[in-house]
Amino acid sequence: MNAATGLEKTADMVRGLEFLDFTFQYESQSSPTLHHINLAIRPGEKILIAGPSGSGKSTVAHCINGLVPHAFKGECTGNYRVSGVDALKLGIFDLSKRVGTVLQDPDGQFVGLTAGEDIAFVLENDCIPTEEMKNRVNAVSSLVSIDNHLHKSPQDLSGGQKQRVSMAGVLIDDVDILLFDEPLANLDPEAGKHAIELIDRLHRTTGKTIILIEHRLEDALFRSVDRIVVMDKGRILADLAPDILLSSDILASVGIREPLYLSALKYAGVTITPALCPDHVDRIVLHRTAPGDGTALVPDQSPGQTFSDQSPDQAAQEKSPARLLREWDVRQIPVILPAPVTPLLSVSHLDFHYPQEPNRKKAVRDISFCLHRGECVSLVGRNGAGKSTLAKLICGFEKPDGGSIAYDGRDLSRDSIKQRAEHIGYVMQNPNQMISHSLITDEVAFGLRTRQILENEVMTRVEDTLQVCGLHPFRHWPISALSFGQKKRVTIASILVLRPQLLILDEPTAGQDYRHYTEIMEFLLGLNRNTGLSLLMITHDMHLMLEYTTRALVVADGNLLADDTPANILTDDDLIAAASLKRTSLFDLAVRAGIPQPRDFVQHFIDYDRRMRRP
Amino acid sequence: MLAYAEGKSFVHALSGATKFLFFLFWSVLAMMTYDTRVMLVMAAVSILLFAVSRTRFEDVSFIFRLLLLFMALNLLAIYLFAPEQGVAIYGTRHVILQGIGRYTVTAEQLFYEANVFLKYCIMAPAAIILMVTTHPSEFASSLNRIGVNYSVAYAISLTLRYIPDVQREFQDISRSQQARGIELSRKASLMKRLKGASAILMPLVFSSLERIDVISHAMELRGFGKKKRRTWYSGRPFKVLDLIVMLVGALLLVLGLWITFRDGNRFFNPFV
Repeated sequence: MNAATGLEKTADMVRGLEFLDFTFQYESQSSPTLHHINLAIRPGEKILIAGPSGSGKSTVAHCINGLVPHAFKGECTGNYRVSGVDALKLGIFDLSKRVGTVLQDPDGQFVGLTAGEDIAFVLENDCIPTEEMKNRVNAVSSLVSIDNHLHKSPQDLSGGQKQRVSMAGVLIDDVDILLFDEPLANLDPEAGKHAIELIDRLHRTTGKTIILIEHRLEDALFRSVDRIVVMDKGRILADLAPDILLSSDILASVGIREPLYLSALKYAGVTITPALCPDHVDRIVLHRTAPGDGTALVPDQSPGQTFSDQSPDQAAQEKSPARLLREWDVRQIPVILPAPVTPLLSVSHLDFHYPQEPNRKKAVRDISFCLHRGECVSLVGRNGAGKSTLAKLICGFEKPDGGSIAYDGRDLSRDSIKQRAEHIGYVMQNPNQMISHSLITDEVAFGLRTRQILENEVMTRVEDTLQVCGLHPFRHWPISALSFGQKKRVTIASILVLRPQLLILDEPTAGQDYRHYTEIMEFLLGLNRNTGLSLLMITHDMHLMLEYTTRALVVADGNLLADDTPANILTDDDLIAAASLKRTSLFDLAVRAGIPQPRDFVQHFIDYDRRMRRP
Repeated sequence: MLAYAEGKSFVHALSGATKFLFFLFWSVLAMMTYDTRVMLVMAAVSILLFAVSRTRFEDVSFIFRLLLLFMALNLLAIYLFAPEQGVAIYGTRHVILQGIGRYTVTAEQLFYEANVFLKYCIMAPAAIILMVTTHPSEFASSLNRIGVNYSVAYAISLTLRYIPDVQREFQDISRSQQARGIELSRKASLMKRLKGASAILMPLVFSSLERIDVISHAMELRGFGKKKRRTWYSGRPFKVLDLIVMLVGALLLVLGLWITFRDGNRFFNPFV
């Protein structure tokens, strides 16, 4: 619009976006959430903004699209300019013509009753005639390959498809800047990978400015970005090229998880430097000596050779990363865990279809497995594969068509939901779906009080449970004053108080950053170790699966495809494709480094990592 | 149970606004008139339209039975509360069966209740056709076209959008609370059941509020409410057929009212 301004630099900035000494304080907060933000994004750039929860990255996103200060009131100082215009003076509607936002929750932001209607939403509000609208919807929907689903309702679309509908919905308006607020948060690993690929393709074909807000660094870096902006405590801590950032210790200091392949390289004694190109496992330099000097290109040594005449430090300097990895791998002694022996829950030949399903399509088909006392097992597979249905059958929420479930050798088919809950606890994904009282103590006591247990017995058990869950200091707090993670703990406590031996958790770490993820998982693992509680976790998180479970059940189309160790599953390409999982980068690293048994390498890494993190 | 079903009949080809308007005319006439001749014709037309729309009876049998039950209750209630209503209306009294106290059976009462029955026969098929042949997203645009404010029309559309989600959520919450011990079956006392219901409602309300928050921000970011007017992706332009149907609807309304009120009384009286 202001192309006439002449000067090239200004013209460049005209289409870009710029924060100058920007500070923002929410009306309800006593101190600013953002402090003196200085950030310039040039047109056509692709930027990743990363940071832990509460770092202010979502607030920055809200500022960029105008929800701050128009929907979330507060006080701003400093400048925020989009296309050279003072964005704070623009209304949210004018700003939305320049910045298109794809929100985190693909289902929640779906406005229309069909995909086509949702894509056209912005045009409807602009009073574009119906005919033109249909043409534009058709054109833009093929850009994100959703053109075959335009008549479908949101209930019939997968999470990834809904997200593509949202992308089409902002692309249709020809905005300059695309803002993605945690695009990976609600997708399964494969859909997440496709989303990052699609965003990259849009970036290359349309030349639009892309801003990604995401804390899952490794997944977001599946396709390269120009810069990574790291935020912490409302400030910008770093604004660097990926290779430089990944070679620093900034990520660890703010609690963002570095890519797993980098952890593996560090364990093997490799120093990560920008010259190694650490931003992608396929690009990282493995077959050259550590480029301290940046020039020497010593050919890779064969595994047989040794450097016994050199000091280990000096040797490390001269060895290629691949060689260091191989040597590290050879040094690892496999950890042999005692096989669990006491069966707790046996599921045999379970069959089920939902009554409303038109052609009696089975949601669960002849599934059999056994969980042992004290085991930690993950249940994985794409949305709608039958994971939740299986959990519902175990808890008695649904009645199977055939097959049986036995707990501790006793058939459960005659037990009611309430009776089963005394052995098998079920924790829903969203704590707000479970919390029905306003005080923590009442919430935790609820399950006992409905069972007519004497009040002083109730209080003792509640106190004990609150102690175990680390909630005792908060016991008189209203639940509304707790953080998301603390609420999650309250819901776990409210189930644990019934003293179940098996806990089924639906996505225990969804939407949480690395620090909160570690907190919750270490807490669950502690319960598992100290009280012998068995855990079955439904999850999309490959890290959780690798790090915290010893066994994984893979479900696809109602069938149990595999029952194996996470390391074996996440390195099996057929399984990965069938269940929408994602191959771990550790495997790719091992293959590239020429490790003869890459699967074993993955297991070695997990065992080593467990020891490192928990001495 | 009363969901949109795709089809190729002439009823499906009409725009939602046309059907809505026709339904409105039809309902007004059906409510105003007690002229049995007019109603007989209307009931025949309604049933004919139902057949023409090729709505499968199995798809709507549940709602049909529900309406039948409601109708039976209504007819019974009329008799219980006003057994002489027909006599009061038609001014004559032909007793068929002498009952107990005020409960006799008169030809006038039977005729009056037969008229009420006819009203059901007109309205039920018409309402069902409207529901099953109009795509829900066309409803909002239809309402808007006949003059309803678009924010209100969109609110209705959003409600339709979220009904399946909220239903599923309700079921999930209800079960997880049952696991914690709430009792909703008849085994528990009324007090307990009410308390149990509140343990489901509170989480449902809070998670619905979360939903509303997300959707309202999403809508705002995409320019909802910017202008006084908006267009509709799923709105269909009026075709000749639509105009004809609307015209016929309006003519039938006028004609029906004229026949009904020609003698200054909306009741057709066969007893004089």
